[in-house]
Amino acid sequence: MDLLMEGFANALTPENLMYAVIGVLLGTAVGVLPGIGPAMTVALLLPITYNVDPAGALIMFAGIYYGGMYGGSTTSILLNTPGESSSVVTALEGNKMAKGGRAAQALATAAIGSFVAGTIGSVLLVVLMPNIADLVVKLGAPSYFAIMLFALFTVTAVLGSSKVRGFISLFLGLTIALVGSQTGQARLTFGRPELADGIDVVVVAVAIFAIGEALWVAAHLRRRPLEIIPVGQPWMSRADWGRSWKPWLRGTAYGFPFGALPAGGAEVPTFLSYITERRLTKHPEEFGKGAIEGVAGPEAANNASAAGTLVPLLAIGLPTTATAAVMLLAIQSYGIQPGPQLMDTEPELVWALLASLFIANVLLLVLNLPMAPIWAKLLRIPRPYLYAGILFFAALGAYSVNFQPFDLGILLVLGLLGFAMRRFGLPVLPLIIGVILGPRLEEQLTTALAISQGDISTLWSEPVAVLVYVLMAVIAVVMAVAGWRRRGHDTDEIDRVLDRAAATDADDI
Amino acid sequence: MTIVVGYSPDRYGRAALAHGAAEATLRGEHLLVVNDTRGDALVDDRFAHEDEIAQVRARLATLGLDAEVRQEVVRDVAESVVRAAAEAAASLIVVGVRHRSPVGKALLGSVAQRVILDAPCPVLAVKPNEESDAV
Repeated sequence: MDLLMEGFANALTPENLMYAVIGVLLGTAVGVLPGIGPAMTVALLLPITYNVDPAGALIMFAGIYYGGMYGGSTTSILLNTPGESSSVVTALEGNKMAKGGRAAQALATAAIGSFVAGTIGSVLLVVLMPNIADLVVKLGAPSYFAIMLFALFTVTAVLGSSKVRGFISLFLGLTIALVGSQTGQARLTFGRPELADGIDVVVVAVAIFAIGEALWVAAHLRRRPLEIIPVGQPWMSRADWGRSWKPWLRGTAYGFPFGALPAGGAEVPTFLSYITERRLTKHPEEFGKGAIEGVAGPEAANNASAAGTLVPLLAIGLPTTATAAVMLLAIQSYGIQPGPQLMDTEPELVWALLASLFIANVLLLVLNLPMAPIWAKLLRIPRPYLYAGILFFAALGAYSVNFQPFDLGILLVLGLLGFAMRRFGLPVLPLIIGVILGPRLEEQLTTALAISQGDISTLWSEPVAVLVYVLMAVIAVVMAVAGWRRRGHDTDEIDRVLDRAAATDADDI
Repeated sequence: MTIVVGYSPDRYGRAALAHGAAEATLRGEHLLVVNDTRGDALVDDRFAHEDEIAQVRARLATLGLDAEVRQEVVRDVAESVVRAAAEAAASLIVVGVRHRSPVGKALLGSVAQRVILDAPCPVLAVKPNEESDAV
């Protein structure tokens, strides 16, 4: 508790508070804009880590992450175009509410629900982090290897109904990660000295998120404008409060654990929350026509999952969403290795970050309740202006990694890859997780084999590793059986929503 | 002959529409209402919703006018209005004009100004007043 108070003291310095404010403002803005999300924003802002101290940068990035979750709901509700993949489910009821003249209530329940869930999630994070770190520190290389393999597998297989596309994306990522001669042996360097150090992950992230997206938008520039539903100040009546608070809590209960698991972030818990609310509601006739429960639950779930994502990120160094993956890059660029030792080696940083989550939540509630109509105005910005800026920052960011013009060439090539992935519906997340986890997977494998002197059975010598492999096998079997049973039937609702989420993910990172 | 109206769902567009309709009634000519967008922003306030377009159509029908309302996504709105006038061999184009600040003039182009300068026929530039607001 003292540590948390100390964290608050650190996070509330004028400088860090400023970063928190910038973070939540930026986060909400990019959350509102479809096509631009927290992952791309954090990737573009990575160069600031050269000048800003770690606490300030991480506080800002956490603010962007939380803000993106808030902002995404605004577009879902007012435009029926989810700003973020985590807000796909919100659009189901939220836009119907707005069309029925209840946009203000939908925005209010989304914002307040996000606040409640984000705060509870942050409390859980504070309580769990030290305990999990104590557990994780006992794990050996074989267990780490198994857990990373598990993360790669679930992130690839759970999201979207096309497993083949997921695995194509994953292996593309792992291939990019192979480039270089870190192992002492030159792999895929094509004799270029510039490739000897490997392709910097920052360049990969910026290329796939920013350049790929900019090319995609350029290819689909002119579209018939969407109809936006005009809205005033968000507010809720007593009855709305009464109908919202239970879905908020249930949504949080779904969101946090799913965020902590490597299951692709917020899509699954938001959908589970929606189904639960539809089954438990006292107003079943309103579902499909704009039921407030259907907005309150999923919006709470996506914010709670954002908090949950930070558990594996900080405790094991395991990213489970695209934004978490880019945040991991930021942490590593300071030479800090996230993991169980983080609590001991960088207590100030961790606690300042955790405290800043509470501050970010309060800021978001204060900013978003009165400012929703202003955020909606962002949608009027012509996209060429936005993407010119994005391309500028992308090139700047990629160049500033090594000050090497060669990187700009790589940026362009990988940007074309990002464009092709959007064109052919390949999810982006497995690629980026593959690039980040690939080298670490290899490192754990070599460590484990070095300790056992080449005896491969060491890989299943630890109970945790065995447990993880069994879990993986069970998931694989369940998915195979489910896929086989569903063959010939129409795809069900879960698949449709997951597909839409995956599609939003592909063109809205 | 045809009269082309550059329409947008605001005071200026409605003023242009009111004057265009009056002129078309007077001259007994066909009316072409153009409401185009560049379509490069997600939301364009000057692109009318479907129900607004339906209202415009209904109102023009009650006036007994031979009118057509067109909405398209184009590269350049001013160019599109001028082209519509050229293709229809229009006798008149009606546009709404507004006050613009010096900064606004420096930053943004004006659709009305470009229509006036490029048009193949006379252009009637109108300002909104209470009468046209009521239409």
